[in-house]
Amino acid sequence: MTTTESIYNVNEKGYYGQFGGAFIPEMLYPNVEELRVSYLSIIAEPAFQEEFNALLKDYVGRPTPLFLAKRLSEKYNTTVYLKREDLCHTGAHKVNNTIGQILVAKRLGKKKIVAETGAGQHGVATATVCALMGLECIIYMGEIDIERQAPNVARMKMLGAEVRSATSGSKTLKDATNEAMRHWINNPVDTHYIIGSVVGPHPYPDMVARFQSVISEEMKWQLTEKTGKSTPDYVVACVGGGSNAAGAFYHFLDDKETRLIAVEAGGHGITTGMSAATTFLGKMGVLHGSKSLLMQTTDGQVVEPHSISAGLDYPGIGPMHANLWETKRAEFFAITDEEALESSLELSQLEGIIPALETAHAIAVLKYLNAKPNETVVINLSGRGDKDLATYMKHVL
Amino acid sequence: MNRIVKTFQEKKENILNVYFTAGYPNLNDTSIVLDSLQKSGVDMIEIGMPYSDPVADGETIQQANQIALDNGMTVKLLFEQIENVRQTVSVPILLMGYVNPVLQFGVEEFCKKCQEVGVDGLILPDMPVNVYEEEYKAIFDKYGILNIFLITPQTADVRIRQIDEISEGFIYMVSSASTTGAKSGISDVQESYFERISAMNLRNPRLIGFGISDNQTFQKAAKNSAGAIIGSAFVKVIGSAKDLEKETIDFVEMVRGNN
Repeated sequence: MTTTESIYNVNEKGYYGQFGGAFIPEMLYPNVEELRVSYLSIIAEPAFQEEFNALLKDYVGRPTPLFLAKRLSEKYNTTVYLKREDLCHTGAHKVNNTIGQILVAKRLGKKKIVAETGAGQHGVATATVCALMGLECIIYMGEIDIERQAPNVARMKMLGAEVRSATSGSKTLKDATNEAMRHWINNPVDTHYIIGSVVGPHPYPDMVARFQSVISEEMKWQLTEKTGKSTPDYVVACVGGGSNAAGAFYHFLDDKETRLIAVEAGGHGITTGMSAATTFLGKMGVLHGSKSLLMQTTDGQVVEPHSISAGLDYPGIGPMHANLWETKRAEFFAITDEEALESSLELSQLEGIIPALETAHAIAVLKYLNAKPNETVVINLSGRGDKDLATYMKHVL
Repeated sequence: MNRIVKTFQEKKENILNVYFTAGYPNLNDTSIVLDSLQKSGVDMIEIGMPYSDPVADGETIQQANQIALDNGMTVKLLFEQIENVRQTVSVPILLMGYVNPVLQFGVEEFCKKCQEVGVDGLILPDMPVNVYEEEYKAIFDKYGILNIFLITPQTADVRIRQIDEISEGFIYMVSSASTTGAKSGISDVQESYFERISAMNLRNPRLIGFGISDNQTFQKAAKNSAGAIIGSAFVKVIGSAKDLEKETIDFVEMVRGNN
């Protein structure tokens, strides 16, 4: 894992431009501070790197392939490569981060793990590494998400995790995150909180982005092998909190010739009041420990978002992405529920790959990019769609 | 002089600070509860500003927050309610809430409004110490509003000293590693933590909160500090009260050990 000193990365104070920081109650301060002080040196240890890389290779199955999607390319009259994170063990990119964080947790002497999950992919990835390392695991998941992502709930239980229902507020990812934070407040000494996205107080966004950065690191050498050039014209990823996008953008942040395309969940449409497109609908605010863009009322109450995809159903966005939005380094699109469903079917039938609903949002942006035939588009295929079959059966079959 | 500072100058022990959520159980109960608490003889009142995502709070206060928001409670309305009762309510008033609604109101505008309506201090658990010092302290000072910081059993001594250095009024001592209302009773471990902090001879007085619910826990807390803060236990009382004034006064009498 290599890192860059890009101006788009976090600064020494824990901010990306004006976004980030650590807005946490004093009860969490010792834990977050311990992490802040030690995460960079832990990650840099040769023994850590060796263990992390070995697990990514032999357990996760990295490197994941970069696949030239010929029929999809033909349809959109451009050159589309798919970065196959769906082929990671557990079926999504989330495991890159949970492997990294569990190794950090072990070095900090933690015995128990707590995590939040939306679509259940991060919950499964966390339960998986806890089983692998023999640590106790508690996952908070919104009551609504428990219903719409039943297969992942069963997988977490099979892996030995305890799944706790978050019944407050919108009963989705935001509330699962609140409950996980409360759990950590009540169990500060022996527990590490594995946040699943590039959200939360500093150093979480940076730590998670570093663990996910393996995605763009591989893209670069794979593109060189396949095209003779390490930089594509576009890198596309869906964004809820933004962990797969952070990983896909990371090593391209300073490659100005590469356009970074972030795709948010438009829900029923950004003007309908039923949306999760934070950069279109949010303004500066503080949630879950960092200052970022946030969907909220004029009175500062957090708005309950909507997306058909549980993994994108979040009213905020990671501070790194808020800064990429503000500096215009990344371009943001909003894709509706309906467009995502259409794309899931399209990718399935053109390339024989059933994507996660989250990922389907990224595919759907192809029709708005107008990429040229000689241009290269890399889409981060962040997860597979098995968990979404119930939704697909209801809406597209 | 700031009413909080004055209270601690005049009274050194058994200070009782009672928390309740604004607009709960009904929108206009804020003023009734404020009046009743004044009559009951509490030394200080902490009004919770309802927030959609109160991460430091346990179930009781979360639910009160949600009901208050559903009732239509807003920051603007809270300022109006406080202004209306300030003629009769003379005890110090603190507002407890989360950073985001204050940021949206505008920090300077918020402090100005606090001064206008007679709020003496703020407790914002997710306001970082360094951000307060660098960005907001000058504004708070300008309008004479105190910012109250928390310490917990896990807070390192060196950080406690730093917090003591920048604090004015009092330090909010969280009795255990928990969200509000999560634990009841005070254990021996907690008592030794109270004694440890007491022996540090800090320049600021301390009020102990979280887990204080009755006379016994109040006394244990007050033995090693200037007094205590009660939240969830009182929120439960007003949530089911038939006669808000009477039951508020009865509750405070019970905590004081006067019945």
